[in-house]
Amino acid sequence: MSGTRLGLVCSRVRVEEKMLLEAISRRPDTEVVRIEDDRIQAPLVGNPDPAGPAGYLRGCDVILLRGLGHFRQLAIARLAEAWGVPVVNPAAVIDTCGDKLRTTLALAAAGVPTPPARVAFTVEAALAAIEELGYPCVVKPTVGSWGRLLARLGDRESAEAVLEHKTLLGGALHKVLYLQAYVEKPGRDLRGFVVAGETVAVIGRRSQHWITNTARGAVAEPVTVTEEMAALCSRAALAVGGGAVAVDLLESPGGLLVNEVNSTMEFRNSVAPTGVDLPGLLVGHALALAAQR
Amino acid sequence: MNSDPSDDTAACPECAGRLPVPAGTVSGEILACGACLAELEVVQLDPTRLALAPEVEEDWGE
Repeated sequence: MSGTRLGLVCSRVRVEEKMLLEAISRRPDTEVVRIEDDRIQAPLVGNPDPAGPAGYLRGCDVILLRGLGHFRQLAIARLAEAWGVPVVNPAAVIDTCGDKLRTTLALAAAGVPTPPARVAFTVEAALAAIEELGYPCVVKPTVGSWGRLLARLGDRESAEAVLEHKTLLGGALHKVLYLQAYVEKPGRDLRGFVVAGETVAVIGRRSQHWITNTARGAVAEPVTVTEEMAALCSRAALAVGGGAVAVDLLESPGGLLVNEVNSTMEFRNSVAPTGVDLPGLLVGHALALAAQR
Repeated sequence: MNSDPSDDTAACPECAGRLPVPAGTVSGEILACGACLAELEVVQLDPTRLALAPEVEEDWGE
């Protein structure tokens, strides 16, 4: 039997990608085809040059996307799907997870509990929306990550200032004002890792800051995974289309809420506290999709 | 790959200092210069060549 060609598309080789390369190297029948997304150019009609980066990707049995840019990953996922090559994650999952507005709509449609959120397009309408949500609330860019450009609005004065800055200085995406009720949490949030619908691990992310992102200095800690946590993470993952995703949960006074779902999971700080081989599971998921072709 | 990458060093394009390139380093990896703290991308191996890593873009993240 010939081996499986697993395409690994990266922008940079970070700790996660090195862990994935190591996990792939443990699979004897798997050949890794590593492609830097900077180098990809592909025709949208017809076939790519088989000797170029896009051609190498098209020749893969499955593609694991590990690029950094949301829109670039979405474009590559769409290319791969047009070629009939399975991709982790599918374009629909990336599209939904990468846009907080779409995520919230998908979670709500599936009946998954999530913090109250509203959308507005002008400062005046946003201020009216915040009055309904109540202060403090959080304004987030619909596309963005690592806790960047989040603002907690404690009162009307700060809301007016931040919203004016966003609408005047921000790009087109910042003119869609995504507003979310602020949820009090016990000094941490939870992150569940879901692969093909199964919750495989959950960590806590502890921080003194209200933004509990490990990219912003939060510390990962082990948690006792309850059935409720595992079930909610799985439901959230299915709501955004499945795949392999990381689900952020908030332990609100009223129960668990799904805050966000991430389609390119970062796990460098999560393998040690959980003891779960997350890169190995991701690679296994990709290879299972390749086997189904 | 380098024949003995553990002994490899490379020049920082920011401060011109030399920094060690750990064994197992791969192309595309990010290293930090201990002297000037610049984030550097490995753009070539054997011999190792480093370039300033790009700034984080607006839609980057997980």
